[in-house]
Amino acid sequence: MRSPAPILPLAFSRVTYIVGGERLFGEASFEIGPRQRTVILGPNGAGKSLLLRLAHGLIAPSNGQVLWRGGGDADTTQAMVFQRPVLLRRSVLANIEHALKLKGIGRIDRRSRARGALAMAGLTEMAERPARVLSGGEQQRLALARAWALEPQILFLDEPTASLDPSAIRSVETMIDGFHAAGVKIVMTTHDMGQAARVGDEIIFLHRGQLVEQTPADVFFKTPQSKEAKAFIAGDLLW
Amino acid sequence: MGFLESLSEAAGLIAGFDRDLAEIIVLSLTVNLTAVACACLIGLPLGGAVALYRFPGRQFVTIAIDAFMGLPPVVVGLVVFILLSRSGPLGVLGLLFTPTAMIIAQTILVTPIVAALTRQIIADLWLEYGEHLRSLKAGTMQSVMTLLWDARFSLITVALAGFGRASAEVGAVMIVGGNIDHATRLMTTSIALETSKGNLALALGLGIVLLSITMSINALAYFMRARAGHMAAFA
Repeated sequence: MRSPAPILPLAFSRVTYIVGGERLFGEASFEIGPRQRTVILGPNGAGKSLLLRLAHGLIAPSNGQVLWRGGGDADTTQAMVFQRPVLLRRSVLANIEHALKLKGIGRIDRRSRARGALAMAGLTEMAERPARVLSGGEQQRLALARAWALEPQILFLDEPTASLDPSAIRSVETMIDGFHAAGVKIVMTTHDMGQAARVGDEIIFLHRGQLVEQTPADVFFKTPQSKEAKAFIAGDLLW
Repeated sequence: MGFLESLSEAAGLIAGFDRDLAEIIVLSLTVNLTAVACACLIGLPLGGAVALYRFPGRQFVTIAIDAFMGLPPVVVGLVVFILLSRSGPLGVLGLLFTPTAMIIAQTILVTPIVAALTRQIIADLWLEYGEHLRSLKAGTMQSVMTLLWDARFSLITVALAGFGRASAEVGAVMIVGGNIDHATRLMTTSIALETSKGNLALALGLGIVLLSITMSINALAYFMRARAGHMAAFA
């Protein structure tokens, strides 16, 4: 179902992001491979969102390069879901169709793909409702459905559950599992350690704009390598 | 002569369905609404484009558009008059003292209002939509179209502001239209004429009719928007 030419792995090569002379991220070099779910973990202000935006191309690095090493077309095979979902002032269905139209999908395909995505998100009955009257959890599921319809190879999620209640968090995590099962690479930020343990196969731990460690999740939570990660797991404020 | 007298005169004009009055009202609405439509056709995409495209001189264009909101109607009228007069560059078209000339003048007056307000609305909405549209790799043109559509309810207010400007002004249409009876006489030019002739009651009566029409159009737009925006979330 997914586009054949792979775009992963994704490599950061000596990447920094500097605003007004202040270095907010980096310098960082690392690689993110396919399949495994990567969770970017760290306290507020650690640079998690910057890392995602650099990777997705929403902001350009001040130095260094963000490289897609797989050879596939990286422009059309990524999707991103934001902490506060950006929903258009249109119906639920039209929100998905709009995204597909921008991808150059024809009208008939658009409708069937959008319907399929709504079914995947359990939003079929809300298709004709204005998107912005949905509850917070439904809005985030719609954002995920919209990403699903795009059939990405990689999905970036920026704190997708930060403002949701527990049951909404669960349904969002279930949808993320669905992406993973379909072979979509997951890269997600969170400051919630429980969620990082549930969703992550691999942890990238950031602190003050620096990549402190990149380790498999089980290793990270049992035997963190860095003192910052140890303090974070112990709940000691890192600032 | 008092206000009440004028009121009764106005009521008489409307109740008697004075043919001349009807003609003036129809011509006024035709000129004003056509000018607003033309101004929207130019101003909506222009405002959207200035909000999103990055080009040298963009700041200057923004300031110019904002400043042109305050163009004096008589000056616009004068410039259009010169352009359309027999000896002017567009004189061969023979448009001077026609409704078309009045539409051209009012389009020039209204376009900056539509463009400037649209630019601000679209720029604000871009703050909200920008990352999503860039994530989807939307082109600038696609983004402008998306934002114009999603701002449609706010943009109705913009069109109303433009209509307010067109229906209220007298200076430009007086100069390029000439206030010719049965040809280019509008509500505002009639009021100016009747006032200068000393027919204050009739002038005031016409003024009341003009005000009622403006109120009706705004009310219509308000209820249209309220109905469409039941989708409260859309507004």
